[in-house]
Amino acid sequence: MIELRQVTLAFEESAAPILDRVDLRLEEGELVVVSGRTGVGKSTLLGVLTGLVPGFTGGRLSGEVLLDSESILHLPPRERAHFIGYVGQDPLAGFVTDTVEEELAYGMEQLGLPPGTMRRRVEETLDLLGLAELRDRELRTLSGGEQQRVAIGSVLTMHPRLLVLDEPTSSLDPTAAEEVLATLTRLVHDLGMTVLMAEHRLERVLPFADRLVLLPGAGRLVQGTPAEVLRHSPVVPPIVELGRVAGWEPAPLTVRDARRRARELVRGLVAPAPVEAASGRVLLRADRVAVTHSRTPAVNGVDLSLHAGGVTALMGRNGSGKSSLIWALQGSGRRSGGRVAVLDRAEAGAAGLPAAADLDPADLDAASRRELVGLVPQTAADLLYLETVARECAAADEGAGAEPGACAALLERLVPGIEHHTHPRDLSEGQRLALVLAIVLTARPKVLLLDEPTRGLDYPAKEELARVLDDLADAEHAVLVATHDVEFAARVADEVVVLAEGEVVSDGPVDQVLGESPAFAPQVTKILGPGWLRVDQVTAALAEQRSPAGVLDG
Amino acid sequence: MRHRPARDLHPVAWWAWAIGLAAAASFTTNPLILIGLVGVASIVVAMRASAQPWAASFRLYLALGALIVVTRVVFRILFGGVEGGQVLLDLPEIPLPEWVAGVRLLGPVTSESLLAGLYDGMRLAAIVICVGAANALANPKRLLAAVPSGLYEIGTALVVAVTIFPQLADSARRVRAAQALRGGPTGRGGRVRRFLVPVLEDALERSINLAAAMDTRGYGRAGGAGMGQRWATGALVLGGLLGVCVGTYAVLDTTAPRVLALPMLALGVLAALAGLVSAGRRVTRTRYRPDRWLLAEMLVLACGLACGYVGWLLVREQLTVAHPGVSMVPYLSPLALAGLVVAALPAVLAPEPRVARR
Repeated sequence: MIELRQVTLAFEESAAPILDRVDLRLEEGELVVVSGRTGVGKSTLLGVLTGLVPGFTGGRLSGEVLLDSESILHLPPRERAHFIGYVGQDPLAGFVTDTVEEELAYGMEQLGLPPGTMRRRVEETLDLLGLAELRDRELRTLSGGEQQRVAIGSVLTMHPRLLVLDEPTSSLDPTAAEEVLATLTRLVHDLGMTVLMAEHRLERVLPFADRLVLLPGAGRLVQGTPAEVLRHSPVVPPIVELGRVAGWEPAPLTVRDARRRARELVRGLVAPAPVEAASGRVLLRADRVAVTHSRTPAVNGVDLSLHAGGVTALMGRNGSGKSSLIWALQGSGRRSGGRVAVLDRAEAGAAGLPAAADLDPADLDAASRRELVGLVPQTAADLLYLETVARECAAADEGAGAEPGACAALLERLVPGIEHHTHPRDLSEGQRLALVLAIVLTARPKVLLLDEPTRGLDYPAKEELARVLDDLADAEHAVLVATHDVEFAARVADEVVVLAEGEVVSDGPVDQVLGESPAFAPQVTKILGPGWLRVDQVTAALAEQRSPAGVLDG
Repeated sequence: MRHRPARDLHPVAWWAWAIGLAAAASFTTNPLILIGLVGVASIVVAMRASAQPWAASFRLYLALGALIVVTRVVFRILFGGVEGGQVLLDLPEIPLPEWVAGVRLLGPVTSESLLAGLYDGMRLAAIVICVGAANALANPKRLLAAVPSGLYEIGTALVVAVTIFPQLADSARRVRAAQALRGGPTGRGGRVRRFLVPVLEDALERSINLAAAMDTRGYGRAGGAGMGQRWATGALVLGGLLGVCVGTYAVLDTTAPRVLALPMLALGVLAALAGLVSAGRRVTRTRYRPDRWLLAEMLVLACGLACGYVGWLLVREQLTVAHPGVSMVPYLSPLALAGLVVAALPAVLAPEPRVARR
């Protein structure tokens, strides 16, 4: 149906092309997933199809884009709107109107469809995506999953033949993400829609994908069935990694499939020891913290302790109060009730205040607050405002009263090898996060809070972040990280707190909390049962099984 | 009255009604009529404004009106005005140099001068409040959606601008909170920069995202208009607007040649309309569920027109009611009262607003 032929795209004449003579053919009714590291050209590939590249990004495009063997290479996005629908990463950023119904109709108004047709399609789409209840709602008041479904609906009303989605689930909680993916599968199965989506959290989309397109870098493109492509991919979701470790051939792609084969595997293995909660000193204690936003309670009576050397994951659906809680703990956010005490100020490195005093960060000024509790907010780039990494670091040193070079040294330790003259905007997602983390840590807080740091990070960047958090915990920091990413939580946390409607609904060691929850269970737990969290546990257990003597000696 | 289904009145009807009221206010300096008009506007807003955010803006307009009245009166005290009359407060006059002849600073405050300032301020305040009422009653975005298709591009730009403001406020709040999390220069310039750079970056990114989203959804599809046709449309619209401006000026300035007055105005309006029609013809867009124009809209419009007409009649027939002057006690005639009552009728004639469900 749609075909890319020998497509080459380079942003600068001299630089290596982002896409180098790429061929891709999309057939009617297929669901194709595009994967690869951030910055490798996933969005660019999608943009070539929608027409946004090179119009909105610049660059030189050559090759051919064919729709039913007619060239559409030179059509601008607006002239492709009736056969290619595009849904971006952040639905809110793409909304033009302010209510659900008007948003669904907007595209059709541009196409000039007759009013009767518009009305019929709006009603059909409302039903198809389960949005009928929300038709009069203001878009800003919808939850993330609902917004994303409206965004999909607003292009569906134009009856496109191809739906292109750029990481549609990256900012959604696990349940909302499932909801959106289920909607997409339904479109493919029931309506025969062709869907092309970029995604780097592969674990969720693999079961639905007909084909996988992998961009390994250097402008190349590998395609095939998911099993084929993943066999040689350097980064794979946990389920495929488990398959490799266990020697399953072909690699399983669905949890159901893997579970069937896992029975044998588990029989001979020693289950990993239960995770022990960090037992270090309590560095931050919250008692019945409450936050109210214009009379609606966001956080309602939360008790929480953060221990030195411990990493706690804060989970819950979008809007469950995670961000409000984090800001309230730091002291910058308004709190309507309860107490927060940060303990052992003397250790926190500030002089002039009584040692071992319990301090409430909300009572202090911003500068003393950040010496007690560091916070990396959801949009970390909000902290950056200078032209180079070096200047950002120098400003951070000056602001924290640290000796010059402290921040740069921290950054070098977190993520080595960042060029100091780079503009922070040109850093990769993961590097920018590391820079913000270094700036925050320059004030030497012992307690560190991170709000959704994994958003937009690919597997290697997430692994890097996990390592950084491990190191911080080893250095006797107390870390709290809010995340939607269950695999990341399983990798990094030793305790998990789950919020719902501003209240703690479960907390405890990571293996218990994640294992008990159907929504938050990582893939390995789903396959092997409670107790198992990560593939490295299986690797270790297999090694032990093969050479029990070595373990005894160790 | 039988039960009517709740719906939002056509925004144009509300604006026409409000303009009628504002016109009536502009014809008079009678404080009783002006207070009456403000009261009418407030009642209608209280009865028929929906629970949407824009409706809350009416209070701001009331405050603005009060500010206008106070400013006018204070100016009268500072700079005097009407010479002679009953002295209320004899302030010493501050001598000013020769070259500001004609301006007096302080000096005796007369009751006439104060009243003149008060009436004048009230007139301006009443006009502002009438516009505020329209703003509170009609969704500004729906009004923009009702513009003729020739003005569609401008309408869209305005809609986007209206949407951007709350988002900009969000982003400003976010950045301010985030910057408190890091150390950095605390000097004035440094602080401003720390705040502005991320906010502006955010705004820029957002606008590019929105532009891309609109483009992929078909905004601005070519309607088959040639270059020549575009030029013709532009020339007609611009020429028409110029004609309207010249005509309006000549109508107001009685010393201007008469041929520039009404004939010019009519010509300008015609040219502008022709431009709009020509522009509208090349737009292939359609509108989803446009606001309907029904009986209630006609009635509300008629009430506004009637109110404006009564204001005009008062000037012609009952000058002492329209402009009681500062030396007599203002009073209301039955005609003026009737005008106010008619202006208030939309409070019951218009259907109940359809409050967005939450």
